[in-house]
Amino acid sequence: MSTMLELARLSHVYGGDHAAIAELSFTVDTGELACIVGPSGCGKSTLLRAIAGLLAPTRGSVLLHGSPVRGVPDDLAVVFQDYSRSLFPWLTVQSNVEFPLRGRVRRNERQDRARFALAQVGLAGAAHKHPQQLSGGMQQRVALARALAYQPSLLLLDEPFASVDAQTRFELEDLLLRVHAEQGTTMLLVTHDIDESVYLGDRVLVLSGSPARVLADLPVDLPRNRDQITTRGSETFVELRSEVARLLRGLPIPVTT
Amino acid sequence: MSRFLVRWGVFLAVVVCWQVLTTIADHPYFPTPLEILGAGQQMWLSGTAATLFLSPDAIDALLPSIGRLVGGWLLAVVAGVVLGTALGLSRRLLEYTGPVFAFFRSLPLPALVPVFVLLCRLGTQMVLAVILFGAVWAVLLNTVDGVRTVDRVQLDTARAFRVPAVRRLLGIVLPAALPKVFAGLRVSLSQSVTLMVVAELFAANGGLGGELRDAQDQFDFAQMWAVVVLIGVLGYTLNTLLLAVERHALGWHPVAGGRRPPARAGGHLVDHA
Repeated sequence: MSTMLELARLSHVYGGDHAAIAELSFTVDTGELACIVGPSGCGKSTLLRAIAGLLAPTRGSVLLHGSPVRGVPDDLAVVFQDYSRSLFPWLTVQSNVEFPLRGRVRRNERQDRARFALAQVGLAGAAHKHPQQLSGGMQQRVALARALAYQPSLLLLDEPFASVDAQTRFELEDLLLRVHAEQGTTMLLVTHDIDESVYLGDRVLVLSGSPARVLADLPVDLPRNRDQITTRGSETFVELRSEVARLLRGLPIPVTT
Repeated sequence: MSRFLVRWGVFLAVVVCWQVLTTIADHPYFPTPLEILGAGQQMWLSGTAATLFLSPDAIDALLPSIGRLVGGWLLAVVAGVVLGTALGLSRRLLEYTGPVFAFFRSLPLPALVPVFVLLCRLGTQMVLAVILFGAVWAVLLNTVDGVRTVDRVQLDTARAFRVPAVRRLLGIVLPAALPKVFAGLRVSLSQSVTLMVVAELFAANGGLGGELRDAQDQFDFAQMWAVVVLIGVLGYTLNTLLLAVERHALGWHPVAGGRRPPARAGGHLVDHA
């Protein structure tokens, strides 16, 4: 399998003294769903922002398709935790999904792509509503549809399900797995939820507290076809989640949050 | 519908009371509402069908005033939104200019009129300059506020999707700032009406302010009151039109339909700067 993303000794220091990430190196293969799990405030968001080109790292490099990232790469999409702050309340759901495609894709194709993505996340009927008329879970589906319609080769997800209730979170996790199976999009998902990282990932990267370092890179040896009840009850799942928990528990409590 | 009837019922009752009181008092300074209406009709609606019944006087006074008011206000709106957006986007520019704006917006606006009488020739040019300079601050400071409150996550999202800067400005920053901008527009519109009248009281040639002054000079109190009433109607009509536009433009906004975001004569950001 070819390498989609490669991080080489990536470090970022804020304001001269607060090191958020230190010497991070790992790769993500094409088509993989990799999860990054770490304690709250460990620099996970800094890492994603550096990969997305929204922040220039102090040292080290990010390679996408083998070439270094300078500025925001062309075929990358981000889903943020705060759906209520990333969607545009003055646009309809359909227009929100079309927004990034304006000026780059012709109108007919734009509309088709948006309609398809909305159908994929089960929101075909909500195209003409405004985001604030939808529930939190549905709004996050819109954000996901917007990222999918963009057809990125790499999809970054920053704690995408942290702001929804447990029931909705399970639904959205399964939706993400289904979309990943259908589209084969390479995904890098950041979470602080150990169970979520094991349940979703082909691989789990465990980060230390601030400054973030890679503590372990664990392959998830679970069948791709996962189920909220049986997978979470399986021996492999329980062992993996315990291992991740042990790795995280062994850490000193981070001073900065 | 019933609320509408009650509100206008109260309005009508006040007018009837006024009619009764002024009839009883029979004081020359306070003509009855019917006399005022009669004077207004005589002044402005005694024309022929060819001029839509507008008298030559109406065409000479009313239309120039409306033109100056709307023209001056639109100039203030364009200048305020453009400058306010630029300042809102640049923290440094705002820090430098904040005290200057805080000073100008604290000036009582009519105090500027004599200054502009000196600077500009009397007439339309002067009235436009007064309205522009007086009404621009409310738009500018509210636009700065609106632009400053645009959500970082929205901008990051757009940047991550490589949305070009111009489309980020027109498609995200301005719509997000729009509720605040409209708050500024409402304040500046009522300021513009005041400034138009005050400036025309000074300006030599015509307009409603001129008619007001002339009627007073000639002790024609019914005419004087008619001008006052007409200015009130004009302000009310323009404000109602603006609210309709706002309700349409901010249909997505959760509070725009009922309780609107609070209007500010200036932005709190500049106050603390």
